Amino acid sequence: MGNVFHIVVCGSIVPDPLQTLTPQVGPTGPVLQNEMMLPAVLDPWAGHALYEAANLAKNNPGSQVWLVALGPKAKLQQVMMAVSQKAPFQLVVADGSASGFTDAFETARVLAATIDGIAGLDKSKLLLFGGWQSASRGSGAVMQMVGERLGVTEQFQGVDKITVGADGSIEVMERVEGGAYLKSVVDGAPAVMGWATGELPEPPNNPQIGMQNMQKNMPALMQAKPADLSGASLRFETVQVPQQRRQTRVVKDAPLEEMAREIVEWLKA
Amino acid sequence: MSTILYLAHTECDGGLSKVALETLTAAKSLAEGLGAELAVGLFGADVAAAADSVAGCGAKFYAVTDALLNDAVYASDLAAAEALAKAVGPDMVVAPATSRLSRALPGLAVRLDGRVDTHLSGLEAKDGKPAARRWFYRQRMEGALTRDERPWIVTLDSGCAAAFAGAGSADVQAVAADFSGVRTRSLGVECVSEDEQTIRPDANVLLVAGAGWTKKQADGGVHVDVAEQLILGFLGATKASLGSSKSLVDISGEGGSVISFLTHMHQVGQTGASPRHPKGLSTCCHGEEPHVVGWRFIGERRAINTDAGCGWAQGKCDVLYVADAFALMTKVNELLG
Repeated sequence: MGNVFHIVVCGSIVPDPLQTLTPQVGPTGPVLQNEMMLPAVLDPWAGHALYEAANLAKNNPGSQVWLVALGPKAKLQQVMMAVSQKAPFQLVVADGSASGFTDAFETARVLAATIDGIAGLDKSKLLLFGGWQSASRGSGAVMQMVGERLGVTEQFQGVDKITVGADGSIEVMERVEGGAYLKSVVDGAPAVMGWATGELPEPPNNPQIGMQNMQKNMPALMQAKPADLSGASLRFETVQVPQQRRQTRVVKDAPLEEMAREIVEWLKA
Repeated sequence: MSTILYLAHTECDGGLSKVALETLTAAKSLAEGLGAELAVGLFGADVAAAADSVAGCGAKFYAVTDALLNDAVYASDLAAAEALAKAVGPDMVVAPATSRLSRALPGLAVRLDGRVDTHLSGLEAKDGKPAARRWFYRQRMEGALTRDERPWIVTLDSGCAAAFAGAGSADVQAVAADFSGVRTRSLGVECVSEDEQTIRPDANVLLVAGAGWTKKQADGGVHVDVAEQLILGFLGATKASLGSSKSLVDISGEGGSVISFLTHMHQVGQTGASPRHPKGLSTCCHGEEPHVVGWRFIGERRAINTDAGCGWAQGKCDVLYVADAFALMTKVNELLG
């Protein structure tokens, strides 16, 4: 029998990267202006993790994929209509804020408790996937804390590639400084993988997979329990968009030689 | 009296990285501002040289040393950090945001029942309390924050302070750590050779290559081979680091005719890296604000673009050269020799 993995992907929604974001003071701290109206997408790193998970499950028959998302369920439902067409997964939802201003520790606590409640999850086969960063908080801290809370102490961050051996061992390539890769091998599951971009392109939409997913996932959205993220004393004094604008000197219609000389002098200064 | 633990690991040469030295300056300044005691916790295969290199900071030194710590592995690095934190009992743990500590320290928050904030852009004592600054939503807004939970574990990005200098002879107290449960084995680091390396975090200049390099030129043809030679020629002459706009990296992922040495690791901006270099030169880059955040931390910025109204350039850079990058970079490379 081959390797069987229970792959749990943690991922939520972020504002569409092309939107202009403006912070403002909300009742409990900073929020984004018109946050619930902003178009949302699945966090890009979580997306990479999901596509890698689906591919790993496809190549290891018997494996299963869950997507565990902490976010406002109305927005999650919109985003999942699109994401569900990409890969087969079972959605598990904790209904709460996906804001970048929530505490990473509290987010990890809610995610770990949600994962703990998944029926049929075998932790000895667990591969906990997620993004090594996010386009909201960008802390690169949540996955490690979810793993620790679940007792998974073999962890990898900035993962671009994993190779599963016949013996169940997993060779991992992690990004480190200077464009280099740290290569490691873990003897098998359980493990945490915080994905960078991975190696897979975004899968094309598959309406059939989308239909199958949404049949399972709509009840998960309906049954989502409210998540309490209020346990932290984190306080923001200010949140500001820097307004610095440079006075750009435009060099136009000058001879190329002159421009080149100016650039080289600047580089060497 | 409260205690601040500065935590760092040794590099391959046995010393401390630039960001680690910068973070020590910030930790020392914070300790002085809070009237707190500073402790230094180091881990690695041999920490003697690293400890001596910063002995002048006036802190008490603790260290976990083991051959296992020569390599970066989450479980062993965390075991060492946990042992050091438990030996010192700090109110705050301040560490550099190296890939190694960024990977391991969030786990320490769970083990110590503390809290963690990562990638800080500033740390100071304010009204007798520690206060931090960090960016949110991919460097698009900066928040000033504080919290009451302790221990508070923070990691600092490069550029927050000047590198600490003050060598001497350090008296280091050894601390034992338990590595018995570690199931991961390092197989080493895969590096490109110095000549082939195009990502250089400590370089003076960042060259950002945009999608324009792969588009049809004035003669109606695509000249990716020429673009590659020009970019590599510039990198070879200047030892600059190479970044890429998102669109160019996306094209490479779609299997089109693209610059062969560009990967997602080169990507700067909204979904890429935020490199820190004194100077930056963008070439053939287009796009609006979200893509431009990638060079928010670049000091002096210049751009080459055929479009004088490009969002990458106007208001974002100091000088914009309105020119064909193929022609201008050819001249630049000639002058660079």
